Amino acid sequence: MREKSYVEDIDRSIYDFKDDEKDAYKVKAGLTPEIVQKISDEKKDPAWMQLFRLHSLQIYNQTPIPDWGPSIEGLNMDDIVTYVRPNTKMKAKWSDVPDDIKNTFERLGIPQAERKSLAGVGAQYDSELVYHNVRAEVAAQGVVYTDMESALHGEYADMVRKHFMKLVKPTDHKFAALHGAVWSGGSFVYVPKGVSVEIPLQSYFRLNAPGAGQFEHTLIIVDEDADLHFIEGCSAPKYNVANLHAGCVELFVGKNARLRYSTIENWSKNMYNLNTKRAQVEEGGKIEWVSGSFGSHVSYLYPMSVLKGRGAKMEFTGITFAGKGQNLDTGVKVVHSAPDTSSYINTKSISKDGGISTFRSSVSATKAAKNTKSAVSCQSLMLDDISRSDTIPAMDIRTKDANIGHEAQIGSISDEAVFYLMSRGMTEEDARACIVSGFADDVSKELPLEYAVEMNNLIRLEMKGSIG
Amino acid sequence: MGKNLLTVKDLTVNVEEKEILHGVNLTIGKGETHVLLGPNGTGKSTLGNTLLGNPKYNVTRGEIWFQGKNITEEPVNERAKMGLFLSFQNPLEVPGVTLSSFIRSAVELKTGKRMRLFEFRKELEKAMEVLQMDPSYADRDLNVGFSGGEKKKAEILQLLMLEPSLTILDETDSGLDVDAVRTVSAGIEAYRRKCGGSLLIITHSTKILESLMVDQTHIMVEGEIVKTGDASLVEEINRDGFGKYEKSLA
Repeated sequence: MREKSYVEDIDRSIYDFKDDEKDAYKVKAGLTPEIVQKISDEKKDPAWMQLFRLHSLQIYNQTPIPDWGPSIEGLNMDDIVTYVRPNTKMKAKWSDVPDDIKNTFERLGIPQAERKSLAGVGAQYDSELVYHNVRAEVAAQGVVYTDMESALHGEYADMVRKHFMKLVKPTDHKFAALHGAVWSGGSFVYVPKGVSVEIPLQSYFRLNAPGAGQFEHTLIIVDEDADLHFIEGCSAPKYNVANLHAGCVELFVGKNARLRYSTIENWSKNMYNLNTKRAQVEEGGKIEWVSGSFGSHVSYLYPMSVLKGRGAKMEFTGITFAGKGQNLDTGVKVVHSAPDTSSYINTKSISKDGGISTFRSSVSATKAAKNTKSAVSCQSLMLDDISRSDTIPAMDIRTKDANIGHEAQIGSISDEAVFYLMSRGMTEEDARACIVSGFADDVSKELPLEYAVEMNNLIRLEMKGSIG
Repeated sequence: MGKNLLTVKDLTVNVEEKEILHGVNLTIGKGETHVLLGPNGTGKSTLGNTLLGNPKYNVTRGEIWFQGKNITEEPVNERAKMGLFLSFQNPLEVPGVTLSSFIRSAVELKTGKRMRLFEFRKELEKAMEVLQMDPSYADRDLNVGFSGGEKKKAEILQLLMLEPSLTILDETDSGLDVDAVRTVSAGIEAYRRKCGGSLLIITHSTKILESLMVDQTHIMVEGEIVKTGDASLVEEINRDGFGKYEKSLA
């Protein structure tokens, strides 16, 4: 309500500006062993990684395209450029980042956010990180936050090798295999035993090159009794050719540790977002997912949690907003494989202007998962009668001793509510935006403040001109 | 339209193709208090909703003039900004907006001026005191989880803060216990004292009228105003009910 004065100023151009392409190096479009070899050479991979990439490529070539979700026919891998190195080495000082790239992130508000409320920031531009910085006091606690490439060579090389694509294996699905072959960039985070990182770490991913893919790998290990909040944000300008995002996130949550992983994804609407995220939680540990999906043309996104130790917990709060030309297939997976584990899933989806939003949930519990609790709640709001919203729940419960609940609701904006707000002076457009923001409110309450503001702005932006 | 605040001429209203109001005429002057009585389901709320411009109610004939302007085609929010206010029978729950920020933005939309937070909060607290509302309600989401009584009080709170020139109270007293009716009445009196606004009180009981000076009473039966009189008409209805007027129509 009160933020109205600056809501008016926002327009899509804050995401849609494009920089000239001044890449230092770019591989040819398409995917061959030679290209994968080149990427590997370019990145000075250790030998095992080079083999891993080539092996993943084989799996990729043998694996069929998924046939159960939105169409990805518009995505032709022969046209996708898998590796674009920006024209800079990674910098630890913001002032050293080249001006055009710096301006991009300045416009997206990244360094401002760091100064205000972040413990560390990484910024990736196309295939490589261009900036990385951690506050001295956080580094002094032993917290490691670095780009994946440095992690592969440095002190933590063994730890990376032990965990890299062990949770999400290249054999999982075609795009996991693709990721294994051409991944580049991303972050490695290690929080040592007993360390609480008081303020969040953040990575921001920006894809500038047209027709390119972004394949960043995020590996986070939160050791016993440690605590971390990690935020990722993504955006890209709109091009007329298909772009592809097939990132991978692997999260290891130790005994009695807690990790909160927040994402606001606002890829442009020519993006195929085929992202894989997975967490493994040990005894007494907790993973909290907060996820906002607004952008992309097609999304396949189902963060998965494996509750491996006794008493492990998972909480998922998410929102998906599918507008014109968008087919967003999102959801949550959880596997209860130990006693006393619990999962709590609360999602909202909004569809308008013919947008399609599908929510899939999969809850499974093994025989060992005695006294398991799971609650899934999914609410959908359709803003017109040409949009679509589906809920597809799946459950596989192998223990009798479980308490599993699922509820789904689909509704539209009530005319009475619009009339009520208008009767206090609000325009119809504002009244509708206010109701949609309200619908999303319990998600935005979970987000860090500036992201909640961004989400509300995105909603208002989407609602602008939505009255026929 | 002279000094009249509201003039309704030959107002005929359909809801989903069914005619509910059949040519209603009504005039309300500045500072006057009018009561609209009638049995359930005779179109009283339809009149209130139509005056505010609820798109569910379709005006097929007639005109609504407010402050010397024909507002029959005006959008709801413009009528609100001109000083028309409807207190809802069932106020809606709006998560994500606090009562306080909702009222502040409504006040700013009406006056077109920014209001300083400190002054606003002070005035809001004063108004909440009149209504015996727990101050914590100011920071709760609009009507979310409010009891029936608290919702009605929240409506009167908006009335006190917005100071509209004409207020329509749609069954504000229904479902309230005696104490709550008394508190709401005190709020309405405070509104009259504060800005001298006019009132159109829609009700089918008369409890809420006990402490108010009534200028005119209208009886509505089956979508028509069948009788207009002074305050004594309220007593007559209290004593004899609507039977006489219902029969006269048949």
